[in-house]
Amino acid sequence: MADSMTTANASSSPQRAAFQARSNSALNEPRIAVRDLDFYYGSNKALKKIELDLPERQVTGMIGPSGCGKSTLLRVLNRMYSLYPGQRATGQVLMDGENILDNRIDINALRSRIGMVFQKPTPFPMTIYENIAFGVRLHEKLSKAAMDERVEWALTRTAIWGEVKDRLHSSAMGLSGGQQQRLCIARTIAVRPEVVLLDEPTSALDPISTLKIEELIDELKRDFTIAIVTHNMQQAARCADQVAFFYLGELVEVAPADELFTAPKQRRTQDYITGRFG
Amino acid sequence: MSATIASPSSGPARDPRVSAALGARRRRAALIVKVACYAATALGLLLLLLILGTLFWNGASAISINVFTDVTRPPGSGGGLLNPIVGSLIQTFIATLVGTPIGLLVGTYLAEYAKNSALGHAVRFVSDILLSAPSILIGLFVYQSMVVPMGGFSGWAGSAALAIIVIPVVVRTTEDMLRLLPDTLREAVIGLGAPKWKMVTLVCWRAAASGILTGVLLAIARVAGETAPLLFTSLGNLNWSLSLSAPMSSLPITIYSYAGSPYPDWIGLAWAGALIITLGVLMLNIVARSLLRGRK
Repeated sequence: MADSMTTANASSSPQRAAFQARSNSALNEPRIAVRDLDFYYGSNKALKKIELDLPERQVTGMIGPSGCGKSTLLRVLNRMYSLYPGQRATGQVLMDGENILDNRIDINALRSRIGMVFQKPTPFPMTIYENIAFGVRLHEKLSKAAMDERVEWALTRTAIWGEVKDRLHSSAMGLSGGQQQRLCIARTIAVRPEVVLLDEPTSALDPISTLKIEELIDELKRDFTIAIVTHNMQQAARCADQVAFFYLGELVEVAPADELFTAPKQRRTQDYITGRFG
Repeated sequence: MSATIASPSSGPARDPRVSAALGARRRRAALIVKVACYAATALGLLLLLLILGTLFWNGASAISINVFTDVTRPPGSGGGLLNPIVGSLIQTFIATLVGTPIGLLVGTYLAEYAKNSALGHAVRFVSDILLSAPSILIGLFVYQSMVVPMGGFSGWAGSAALAIIVIPVVVRTTEDMLRLLPDTLREAVIGLGAPKWKMVTLVCWRAAASGILTGVLLAIARVAGETAPLLFTSLGNLNWSLSLSAPMSSLPITIYSYAGSPYPDWIGLAWAGALIITLGVLMLNIVARSLLRGRK
């Protein structure tokens, strides 16, 4: 089945091999299970009866036209919507058998387990080192040496250590857009979450930076369960193990990436991926 | 020229004479508006230059080292402005020290906690009224609430009146600067699992710091020149005194009383004091502006 992939960009053979290995393997056990989820912006229903599993240590891509609810789902997963009074969710989002929509859960601890990276890079107005240490300090008390080690680990994992190791103590605002975004990913994984949510992480970046982030995603899924919202179907094909297609607040179809892009079961999925709308 | 425009092959024709007349009218109107704008600007600048020119002319000739080292003395016996200068510095300093944290917290409340709440709207409204309230009213308010109960004019009362003027200025700039921050920055902090108070104090304040500091500097510049709120509160003191419980001297009050006196040396000192305040405020404004420009 993987041989018939038409949308995947198979330029180099190791990547190609990795891709085939991935697509031939079954999806892992779910890390997060979304069940019967409805979401409302005021009286406007933005998500309808969503059922979706995020497999452990794999990448779930979410695609669909603007306003289809894919970013909304991401904002449900780490309860970001709770910041805004008019927004509410019903149903269940299960993690370790616990419903994270429950008001009794410790929301800050939840967000340390489910990190999020945004469309636009959001460096904090402090040094590169402090940007990483900020999140860690919220949840752990580390010695100076342990913190140094954690900062280096996070920056190395996000492939930016070499570029910033000589200016850890200068402002993060001086980095380029692509570097800032990798810093934001480093800041998120430094907290050692289990799940990383990426909301169109490359849409504000140039092609080279985009490539770096995509390679990074492939690397990060060894340790983290990842959900990525993207407008770019090639990106979903390149990065994701399974892809979910959303349309008008509904989850139309979810399938392993190669299946969804080559043999979609739903007419609407096919129309979207062939560019008939969206 | 208009003939080429007004010769379409079909459709309604345009009368070239009418469009020429309209064009001339538009040009005339444009010229009148332009001349009026330039004239108004020139008049404004001229008045400003006259004020500054007179101030520098009279102030510079009255300023000497004695102005800064000697206290006020009776007419005809020299003297300087040391006690008004020090009094102004002390009262402005205390007013800023008290008014800034209050203003900062209220502004933060408005921007971060009460964006759309009814109480937030009410607080914002009251603060804006306070911002434009005649400062003599604030002086009278402090007279009633502090000077009368405490049994006399004092530096404390003067500082309190100035602090009340500082608060709404800082409230406004703090709220405006915090509102300029993108919500994605706030979500990024919250997304790491930070409680809201850490988001506000560790990230938002820091991101808006130069703007907020600018507001504080402008507030200082504003109160440094205030006369009316001090008339009923710290009163002024022609003797050297550092006691905040006694009437306290200040530059604006000294200018007010010296400028109205019949003694040439006192009038000279009033000019010198006016020049000192103006230069101080000018400097604060320049620092504030360069801070704001540094943000961008």
